[in-house]
Amino acid sequence: MKTKIFPIFLIFTFSIIFFVFYKGLQNTNIYTPEIKSEIKIPNFDAKEFFSKDKINSDQIFIGSDYYLLNIWASWCVPCKEEHKYLMDLSKKENIKIIGQNYKDNFENAKNFLINLDNPYDLIFLDNDGTIAIEWGAYGVPETFLIQNNKIIKKIIGPLNEKLLFEIKELTQ
Amino acid sequence: MNILKFLVSVIFLIYCFSSDLKAKNLEIEITKNLRCLICQGQSVYDSDSEFANSLKILVEKKLNEGLDEKQIYAYLKNKYGDWILYDPGFSKNTYFLWLLPILMFIFGGAIILRKVILKKKKL
Repeated sequence: MKTKIFPIFLIFTFSIIFFVFYKGLQNTNIYTPEIKSEIKIPNFDAKEFFSKDKINSDQIFIGSDYYLLNIWASWCVPCKEEHKYLMDLSKKENIKIIGQNYKDNFENAKNFLINLDNPYDLIFLDNDGTIAIEWGAYGVPETFLIQNNKIIKKIIGPLNEKLLFEIKELTQ
Repeated sequence: MNILKFLVSVIFLIYCFSSDLKAKNLEIEITKNLRCLICQGQSVYDSDSEFANSLKILVEKKLNEGLDEKQIYAYLKNKYGDWILYDPGFSKNTYFLWLLPILMFIFGGAIILRKVILKKKKL
């Protein structure tokens, strides 16, 4: 009896291990922990993109309007892909699009906006990437939907049709 | 008098250098305990990704602002969660992680103890 239990136990154990690892194969290997939704936006000082004037975040996110903060850079390829969705959203009246220019060269960034059009109501500079960390961001592109100084939705990576629809639903 | 001046300036220089080194060491220590979230498996100190480089600058900034090590960890934990720390604190999310080795140790010890007692009984 004892000799029979052992092989069964062994097969059972290995099949569980196989199953777990096989399932794990399909997962992405970048783990992003879940963030608590509705967290308050950070307070920071930055420079405006064109005028280089100093602005505080309090002067950017005012009242109960919807704000879409988009972290972008001219060197970032997915940013080009999501640009058309930002252009689409810029036509909406009740949503202001704020750009955060991440570790970029000013001339390249300016050309990017000239070639692809400018969807942003305001852009500020983040030359060393520390403001992105204040937001809890990982890199570019990343988008935050903000209302009443709270982050309603956080999007890591480029926008797509589905996310565009979700943003429009949320800002109805 | 000149010798005295010389000595004072040397001592001053050594003092400046050592305090600067101390701050740098603390910065390295902190960044070694932070996980790079872009290139997972590497610490922020080891990594050269955009994210890690920004984080290094931020840690230096925060140290200059007068925050201590624990405050910086708390600040980053608030932004990115426990996952960013290589040495997460004891909380309701991590108690299993911390207690598991102890449980395994007790469990293993119990098995060994049982075997020893059984062997003794046989003898």
